[in-house]
Amino acid sequence: MTTPDPSAPIPPHRPGSDRAFFAALGILSGTYIVLLTATVSADFFYTTPGHFWRALQSPEIRHAIRLSLLSCTLTTLLSLWVAVPIGYLMTRVRFRGQALLDALLDIPIVLPPLVIGISLLILFQAPPLRALERIFPVTYAVPSVILAQFMVACAFAVRTMRATFEQISPRPEQVALTLGCNRSEAFWRVVLPSARRGILTAATLAWARALGEFGPILIFSGATRMKTEVLPTTVFLELSVGNLEAAVAVSLLMVIAAVAVLLLIRGYGLNSTLNRPL
Amino acid sequence: MIELDHITLQVGGFRLSDLSCRIPRGSHTALMGRTGAGKTTLLEAICGLRPLVSGVLRIDGRDVTHEPPGARGLGFVPQDGALFAHLTVRQHLAFALDLRRWPAQRIAERVQELAGWLRLKPLLDRHPHGLSGGESQRVALGRALAFHPAVLCLDEPLSALDDDTRAEICDVLTDIRRRTGVTFLHITHNRHEAARLADRILLLRDGRIESLPVPEA
Repeated sequence: MTTPDPSAPIPPHRPGSDRAFFAALGILSGTYIVLLTATVSADFFYTTPGHFWRALQSPEIRHAIRLSLLSCTLTTLLSLWVAVPIGYLMTRVRFRGQALLDALLDIPIVLPPLVIGISLLILFQAPPLRALERIFPVTYAVPSVILAQFMVACAFAVRTMRATFEQISPRPEQVALTLGCNRSEAFWRVVLPSARRGILTAATLAWARALGEFGPILIFSGATRMKTEVLPTTVFLELSVGNLEAAVAVSLLMVIAAVAVLLLIRGYGLNSTLNRPL
Repeated sequence: MIELDHITLQVGGFRLSDLSCRIPRGSHTALMGRTGAGKTTLLEAICGLRPLVSGVLRIDGRDVTHEPPGARGLGFVPQDGALFAHLTVRQHLAFALDLRRWPAQRIAERVQELAGWLRLKPLLDRHPHGLSGGESQRVALGRALAFHPAVLCLDEPLSALDDDTRAEICDVLTDIRRRTGVTFLHITHNRHEAARLADRILLLRDGRIESLPVPEA
């Protein structure tokens, strides 16, 4: 066995090339992006302007578009109304049973959508809610559409708002308290403006989730044309009668609406970030 | 004057028990101690951001133990300044005055006065994004001083600054003391900084407060 000569020069270390690493990352990422692009493109290539136009002319589909836009917007507002306080309380206040509550808030995310629909249906069979329904009909009516969308969309908004408040340092809020704010003033004047981008993201997610919600609506609201029909219901109904062209045209409409909302809100978020850093 | 009368505070498993000391009015007191000794916890308790387990805290003879932070008449400047990203420098300086519903004319005059002292006039319409470390700390000092607090609590305000900026902010702190006579309670790890600015040094060690002589600058 030979001992190394300590006076011998140490050969310089040269790290290997990064090409293989980035090639592997590129291939893995590219596979998904190609699949995603191909899926959306397939809809575009299948449909024609004629299909699209005929779909837009249909009174049922126009009603579904109107109801979708209205219900998604209301669902988004309701989700933010609830998600902002829950997100703030869960990050700034420590209390017994918090971990359990945290798990509970995630239930709508992990629960199969159909189960949410069935659960809502059963809930509204309870005597107090049945009495309420005599005055204010919910099941198989428009409010049930909004409630079914809200159950799922709100859970995503809560998760987003919680992550948002976790990322905001409590220090500025504490400084605001020493400057003379009470907790409410510190929240409105300091915390909420810092959370603006998170609120926009939560709104986008809630709106997009609400637009695509189908399972709970089918069970809790039914699929009555010109009454509780939203765009995913239209796709289902058109498919069930073999009208694939109309189903694809409506699907594309949903893709365009979702992308438009994403671009609009992200564009606004980006502009406001450039003008007024957050 | 700040008086800590047998105060005890606890954060999780960390506890400071039976601390007592007096910080004279108009003094600049450096609070020193190793990392983890509880300096920031103590400062936060004085500011009202942490509740006391027991004991009494007085500021200028007034018992503020159960007062909310905003009623204690203390200005607080944390290490990173903790500026409000959506407000301009002008709005920072006016923040506490706006809360106290000062008339617009008085607020404008006070903002101009502070901006003059702290050399912030060219920055009044800027947002914190893009301000240098020294500029940010001058804004944080102005925001804390605006409402004429009796005490200014500083949590290592110079630690993240380069040497030149540090010297500049030291001059600003000396100038503020000369102009306002405010009582400073200043956490620092830096003996030179303490020697230059402080006339009293308190050392927080093993859960006890000791008074140390001020080293030569």
